[in-house]
Amino acid sequence: MIGIIDCGGANLQSIKSSLDSLNTDSLTSNDWSILQDCNGYIIPGVGAAKNVMDTLHIKSLVKRIKTINKPVLGICIGMQILYDYSEEDDQKCLSIIKGKVKKFNDSSLAVPQMGWNKVNFNKDHNFLDGYYYFANSYYADPSEYTLGESNYGVQISSFIKKDNYYGVQFHPEKSSKQGKKFLKFFLDQV
Amino acid sequence: MLTKRIIPCLDVRDGNVVKGIKFKNHRIIGDPINLAKNYSDQNADELVFYDIGASTKSNTVKSQWVLEISKKIDIPFCVAGGIKTIKDAENILSQGADKISINTPALENPNLINEFAKRFGSQCVVVGIDSLFDHDIYTVYAKTGSEKSIYATKLNTIDWIKEVQDRGAGEIVLNCMNEDGVKNGYDLEQLALALEACHVPLIASGGAGQMSHFKDVFDVGVDGALAASVFHDNKILINDLKKYLSNKKIQVRI
Repeated sequence: MIGIIDCGGANLQSIKSSLDSLNTDSLTSNDWSILQDCNGYIIPGVGAAKNVMDTLHIKSLVKRIKTINKPVLGICIGMQILYDYSEEDDQKCLSIIKGKVKKFNDSSLAVPQMGWNKVNFNKDHNFLDGYYYFANSYYADPSEYTLGESNYGVQISSFIKKDNYYGVQFHPEKSSKQGKKFLKFFLDQV
Repeated sequence: MLTKRIIPCLDVRDGNVVKGIKFKNHRIIGDPINLAKNYSDQNADELVFYDIGASTKSNTVKSQWVLEISKKIDIPFCVAGGIKTIKDAENILSQGADKISINTPALENPNLINEFAKRFGSQCVVVGIDSLFDHDIYTVYAKTGSEKSIYATKLNTIDWIKEVQDRGAGEIVLNCMNEDGVKNGYDLEQLALALEACHVPLIASGGAGQMSHFKDVFDVGVDGALAASVFHDNKILINDLKKYLSNKKIQVRI
């Protein structure tokens, strides 16, 4: 059972549909008493940093998420809030992964980055290489936790991992067959 | 870097996908859910679903629709049609849409763009602009879903493009009305002008008739090309189009 953590206004249905198509049961909630028995978690990816963090605070989920010992996958904004800080809304985040999330500032490129970009994974994960769908104005620099990168004027972290925490800047639930392949990889860790 | 996006557009009225010529005389093309699934299978990069009856009838697009589409397809899609409040938008997004597109409601209440961007992030907020070239100027039109309701605003298209970006729009779809449905190619001149004013992704709409039109419009520099009838009529198959573009050195997802 995968727990989809409802952070308010997020695109919860697409994640659920994707998990359904992979024959994986899921439940969606912002109530830890309901989420606690799940085998893995997804923090879905539509919203602004402040809004998502406010919801997590109001629902007393911040400490819970920081102490989960089962696999957690943050998608897009769900990945960005794993870092210390986001320039979006000048927002303090979960500090699970060291570093900050910055705004794209190359004036020759359209922002947000919206569309399909190539992700190159490290050699242990390069079976996942391919095009994935992105929709983001903010990004994190590659770091020791980066296992997959893309280029949008600068190199960005597309796939990060620290212990049981996974994060993707792209939307696997919207990335057709390639995205299913990634989700299946995550579900295999659960 | 990003690939160029091919975006079939499903204009929906009263539960059917329809297509008009120059925004008039709509004919029925088929069932939206089957068409959406079909395009997703053909490797379309994204779908736009416009409820063209909604704004003129003051209805919100029915979220049931959105849910059914999101269950069937696994590529991004955008929903437009009479979305006027945060609650409308929240409803649509929670049913599986990735973006909401506003057109007439943004003209009637420009502050809506700011509110949506603040609440959902700019990447969720698309502004559709219907633009007509007349008496040597590009003018924004509102309520274009019906002959009876359509009217010209006082806004110059380029000025409006700048304003919606300042207010937080994350993408602009420019419907060039002079070319809509006539299949003579995209309005390259207007799109080039729009691109100069654009720092968010720009999607071209109106005029696609053959594969070379897509190459031409991507050469101008737009991020995506939207089309309806050439896809609905199976005149161009998306996989063939992508092979063609790839051969012409335009980066596409194959």
